[in-house]
Amino acid sequence: MTSWPILSTVIFLPLVGALFILVLRGDDGAARRNARYIALWTTVVTFAVSLLIWRDFDPTTAEFQFVEKHNWIGTSITYHLGLDGISMLFVILTTFLMPLCVLASWQSVEKRVKEYMIAFLVLETLMIGVFCALDLIVFYLFFEGGLIPMFIIIGVWGGQRRVYASFKFFLYTLLGSVLMLLAIMAIYIQTGTTDIPTLIAYDGFSEAMQFWLWIAFFASFAVKMPMWPVHTWLPDAHVEAPTAGSVILAGVLLKMGGYGFLRFSIPMFPLASADLAPVVFVLSVVAIIYTSFVAFAQEDVKKLIAYSSVAHMGFVTLGVFTLTAQGIQGGIFQMLSHGIISSALFLCVGVVYDRIHTREIAAYGGLANRMPIYAACFMLFTMANVGLPGTSGFVGEFLTLLGAFKVNSWVALFATTGVILSAAYALWLYRRMIFGKLEKPALANILDVSPREIAVLAPLVILTIFFGVYPQPVMTVTSVSVDKLITEYQQDLQNAEAAARPQPDLAAAEEN
Amino acid sequence: MPLPAFQDLAPIYPEIFLALASMALLMIGVFSRDEDNPSVSWIAIAILVATGALIAGQDAGARELFDGAFLADDFGRFMKLLILAGAALAIILSFDYLKTAKILKFEFPVLVLLSTLGMLLLASANNLISLYLALELQSLALYVLASFRRDAVLSSEAGLKYFVLGALSSGMLLYGCSLIYGYTGTVGFEGIAAVLENTDRSVGLVFGLVFVLAGVAFKLSAVPFHMWTPDVYQGAPTPVTAFFASAPKVAAFAMLIRIVQEAFPAIAEDWRQIIIAISVASMVLGAFAAIGQTNIKRLMAYSSIGHVGYAMVGLAAGTPSGVQGVMIYLAIYIVMTLGAFACILAMRRGDSDVEEIAELNGLSRNQPMLAFMLTVLLFSMAGIPPLAGFFAKFYVFLAAIEAELFWLAVIGVVTSVVSAFYYLAIIARMYFQEPAADFEPMTAKVRFVLGLTGIITLFLFIPIQFLVTAAETAAGSLF
Repeated sequence: MTSWPILSTVIFLPLVGALFILVLRGDDGAARRNARYIALWTTVVTFAVSLLIWRDFDPTTAEFQFVEKHNWIGTSITYHLGLDGISMLFVILTTFLMPLCVLASWQSVEKRVKEYMIAFLVLETLMIGVFCALDLIVFYLFFEGGLIPMFIIIGVWGGQRRVYASFKFFLYTLLGSVLMLLAIMAIYIQTGTTDIPTLIAYDGFSEAMQFWLWIAFFASFAVKMPMWPVHTWLPDAHVEAPTAGSVILAGVLLKMGGYGFLRFSIPMFPLASADLAPVVFVLSVVAIIYTSFVAFAQEDVKKLIAYSSVAHMGFVTLGVFTLTAQGIQGGIFQMLSHGIISSALFLCVGVVYDRIHTREIAAYGGLANRMPIYAACFMLFTMANVGLPGTSGFVGEFLTLLGAFKVNSWVALFATTGVILSAAYALWLYRRMIFGKLEKPALANILDVSPREIAVLAPLVILTIFFGVYPQPVMTVTSVSVDKLITEYQQDLQNAEAAARPQPDLAAAEEN
Repeated sequence: MPLPAFQDLAPIYPEIFLALASMALLMIGVFSRDEDNPSVSWIAIAILVATGALIAGQDAGARELFDGAFLADDFGRFMKLLILAGAALAIILSFDYLKTAKILKFEFPVLVLLSTLGMLLLASANNLISLYLALELQSLALYVLASFRRDAVLSSEAGLKYFVLGALSSGMLLYGCSLIYGYTGTVGFEGIAAVLENTDRSVGLVFGLVFVLAGVAFKLSAVPFHMWTPDVYQGAPTPVTAFFASAPKVAAFAMLIRIVQEAFPAIAEDWRQIIIAISVASMVLGAFAAIGQTNIKRLMAYSSIGHVGYAMVGLAAGTPSGVQGVMIYLAIYIVMTLGAFACILAMRRGDSDVEEIAELNGLSRNQPMLAFMLTVLLFSMAGIPPLAGFFAKFYVFLAAIEAELFWLAVIGVVTSVVSAFYYLAIIARMYFQEPAADFEPMTAKVRFVLGLTGIITLFLFIPIQFLVTAAETAAGSLF
């Protein structure tokens, strides 16, 4: 552990960059260029600093590392930060995606560049904060605060129906979250603390209370995830958001739901998690199959990818609630890999959208003729989305299904059909957009990816293949923390059983 | 009864000072040559600051005066400082408005001071008679202020409406007081509490309490006694509305809390039901009725009705932490409200005020600073963290959950999501729409109030501990 508060540094670096942009004067070309460069450098430096975290991270312990703790409101609500194997990689994912977002918006955002970059940098601060927070109130602050910049990003720089989409996004998520807030208050009143490590170790919640708390947290995370049937905000938000907004939504914001299950629901409410896991299974399987079918019917390429995201998040919830090492590891891996792949897909859509300004699948066709590099990249990401072995998408899906098989083979069977369905809609999308004759006049002079776009896509290509072939770095980081999670969960279940057992024993003894 | 010696009057020095100073200020105004002398307003602000300093300088702990009619305690001091801050900021907001409306008269600050005096006494009133007298001192000055722009029809209407309904509510309150006196034989709060401790409650007494609560709910503009609020808010001159929405609300809450917690702790079950009903009705109406509004002052009226409902959630808990929550709520609420009214005052085109919400379209292009500050204030009112409004709601709902009022808390958070919709709608206009015509640049004084309130709203989460502790101490003095 270093004495330098590295987590606070990573969290608040983007805010410093935002301040620099704020003091820029004027709205001419120079100011815009400066804003872009400041944002790019800030995000790159933040990423570099966050890599130091990975370097210094000790994967052999499940304890929280890089801990910072300061009194904030009394001694019970503290500014408490720290990372373990579950949260660390999400921080890296966030800081990794941000420079790509800035680059992807380099030319496509022309109006109000300063505000745009400020909104993204503030959002980055809040997102990193969510994964670092070790206090429920601090977590909630970052978690909810993120709604504000995202609302602005969708509403100002979005597409045609941006106002509708931004409201839907904000109100859906807020409604879920306020119930979680009430649960946080209830926890605070019973335990007198909002400290997450303390609460993970605490097991004084009665089974009934666990049930209600679990439901309240679930309301928030299920919306954020999003799980069927509360997923309907996502397609709208994705479609209307600017490319970089979609990337952040799919890449990071959706992961907060899964992260929340791992950080709060399972360790704090183990009994409720065990009881309600079947509900999650059903919802996940419905999500996987139903949204895959819905994805078939889409005319809008971004909407198709959005529904595909919901289906992939179904695998995550499925894996996480199998409560097996494979399932949870697979869920985490699936989240990270989906963060890379779906971001890449949205970036790919952004590339052609910037050229001919439509998201209609029917407006494309035959792109392979004029854009070979683009077609190759898109091919890779489509295959990764399908879960082709050798790409990172395969590892996550395989592990979650493995976990599901251990628990319930029917669930695994239905979920596996989702893999087939996803292959069907993704390949069909690819055929309609990339293959065939180049007949549309609008596409006649379309240019292949520019060096800037290659710079955006190349890291994603590399990571998709790298983690597909060699997932070990991720597994190393997560395994110890996941093991601890599962051990404690099973311990809690056994304790509860042991506490419940004496009564029938006594009754039996009396009868004898 | 012999008068107490002057040095024994130390607990009431601030009020005496304010009374003498406002009368002196009236003389200055009368005898100064030009009628529209802005220096009177500056002196008024100085008087308020000095009164605040006197109050802040008082020793901690509770002291009674005049046979228990006046009680200076930590709770009262906290509320008084809020009232004084609200009044001072409202005067700062009034300068430019009054000047352009050509009603910059010295009576305005004097009336504000006199009603503030009434509010301070109200926060310290410890028996039914001093309570009623303080309330009337406050209200009579407010009636005049509402119709201060007497050549405008809406303003006169506002004043008249406020007066008629205010008089009605005072009558109800007084009737309730007489019933309480009749059934307990005393007017002092401690006396009433002592009687209730030792005897069973009678229906007549509860009847009296209901009348008193109805009268207070009128002053607070809580549902179902809220009907005057939108009209008065809209009709009164905007700085007066800003004043109405801030200081008197604090004073009315101080009165309400003192009545129920000091005089009627023994029958908490009875008044808590009433408070819960009023609270739910206010939250729901404030959330839904505001959606359809097109005039921003009317919208603020419904918004304030909703905020009263949220603050009452804390009171409904009937616990020290509940009162603490109410106090935190009020402190943050007056900051947000005064900031919002500073924004409304900044909506000027030529010589006329603009009050239509649609005129805010595209404000972020024309006046990014104003739009940003209003956005911060609106997000804060919606209760989005990390802004101040989140902590306001946090502490009242925390108290409700602690008192096991789960359904009240759920209704509260759900209505706060509904109300987020209309706050967001304003933000969406400012950021997502194309610009309408530009407003006049903000005047320095409006910019000062807006900057101050905006910065407090934005950064309060860092030193929030200080407010929480202060409210805890103050609430503790009631129990």
